[in-house]
Amino acid sequence: MKERYDIIVVGAGPAGSIAAKTAAAHGSDVLMIEKRQEIGDPVRCAEGVAKPQIKEHIKPDERWIAAEVKGSRIYAPDGTSVELSEDVSGAEVGYTLERKLFDRALADEAALAGAEVRVKTRATGVIMEDGYVKGITARHLGEEYEIRADIVIGADGIESKIGRWAGIDTTLKPSEIETGAQFLVTDIDIDQDRCEFHLGNTIAPSGYLWVFPKGNRSANIGLAIGGDVCSRGKRPIDLLRNFVEERYPDGRIIELVVGGVPSSGPLEEMVADGLMLVGDAAHQSDPLTGGGIINAMNAGSIAGEVAAHAASEGDVSKARLQEYEAIWRERHGKRLERSLAVKNRFVTMTDSDLNKLVHSVEGIDFSTMNLFQMLGILVRKNPQMLFGLRKLFM
Amino acid sequence: MISVNRYKCGYCGACVSVCPIGAVELIETWIEIADDCTECGMCAGVCPIGAIEVLK
Ligand SMILES: Cc1cc2nc3c(=O)[nH]c(=O)nc-3n(C[C@H](O)[C@H](O)[C@H](O)COP(=O)(O)OP(=O)(O)OC[C@H]3O[C@@H](n4cnc5c(N)ncnc54)[C@H](O)[C@@H]3O)c2cc1C
Repeated sequence: MKERYDIIVVGAGPAGSIAAKTAAAHGSDVLMIEKRQEIGDPVRCAEGVAKPQIKEHIKPDERWIAAEVKGSRIYAPDGTSVELSEDVSGAEVGYTLERKLFDRALADEAALAGAEVRVKTRATGVIMEDGYVKGITARHLGEEYEIRADIVIGADGIESKIGRWAGIDTTLKPSEIETGAQFLVTDIDIDQDRCEFHLGNTIAPSGYLWVFPKGNRSANIGLAIGGDVCSRGKRPIDLLRNFVEERYPDGRIIELVVGGVPSSGPLEEMVADGLMLVGDAAHQSDPLTGGGIINAMNAGSIAGEVAAHAASEGDVSKARLQEYEAIWRERHGKRLERSLAVKNRFVTMTDSDLNKLVHSVEGIDFSTMNLFQMLGILVRKNPQMLFGLRKLFM
Repeated sequence: MISVNRYKCGYCGACVSVCPIGAVELIETWIEIADDCTECGMCAGVCPIGAIEVLK
């Protein structure tokens, strides 16, 4: 087995596969490792993505599209709701994916671009020499060995260790993650064209509950709550059971998903000498929505390209790799900053605040607006409750 | 001691992300806790399914 590459990518999620594919397409000798024996399984996701953004990275394929949605509806705790058309919610929904197949399709693309892939292979540490990351130690089928590279890209998701091993503290506080549970429920009467979002401190404190159509008579019904408000008897699994038993007593649960997503906003430092972090590993998921698939792919694509150039130039210093971070921040930093500010306000709201918010926009036609514009209207309509956020939406 | 109920655990790795000293690791389908664990209980707190307990 080969022991040296230009670039090693750790983790074959959306961030890793796009990074590996992009770097390989730019001529680098790439290895991507994944600790699971099956890429994409088990799923830790509600599988909602925006159509236009997904198309920037991969050609839509019906094999991994479970459903297409046209819009969504947001419910206040008292049941009042507002409807968003596709354009508005389009930033967060559009397709419901079949992530097991989607993640594997992305890995397949990385492989077809020339990257080597090793599954059931777990990174157990990084090789550090003269302050540079020079590769990893990995374990496969009980055997541990070293693999060297000029650059290691940590795409190892919320449980990322690559950063920690190289001196970047990626620890999240409980308040900086959303912890969630989801059932795939079938044989239920739901509107297959529309996603639902339910707000409220009883339903999902410091988070929300979602219903994402998954085709036929099924839907991903799940919720995520702040890690700091998760407690015995009120864990995601408990809250979800309550909701599903009450609303869909006759539904059949054919899948269980659990997982956490960073809601902290991006890491302050995403690179070090010989190292780059992408996706959930760099806390690039949206703090407000918890959406992270597209964000992970965006980062993977920038990082893959910068890594390929840096490796071929022979300069993999932090200063050189910072190009990735700079481009990423310029393109995506503002949006995440805004989401974080809104989220920080949102988690302090009582149910009556949330009711007021939704009432304030009842009847407004959002059909030509995006999420940013809709939040802007919310901020203008509720200057006191959303005090201080206005400048973010000018 | 930290006790992980393997029969409950959904091996999602949420617990791994909040451990202040990196003592928690997800190995495919189970969680391992390293000896330097300080029993702070952060991991137990965020578990979506209640699979982790701090045993006194
Ligand atoms: C309940 C829930 C619902 C969500 N819903 C949505 C949604 O609807 N839409 C959306 O856009 N996002 C959603 N997200 C977020 C989304 O799932 C993540 O942001 C996305 O998967 C991040 O991609 P990634 O490639 O960074 O990490 P991941 O997809 O987590 O991939 C990381 C990979 O690295 C591997 N790995 C980890 N450590 C090692 C190691 N040491 N060695 C080798 N491999 C390793 C893991 O096994 C994993 O395969 C949701 C998350 C949760 C928890």
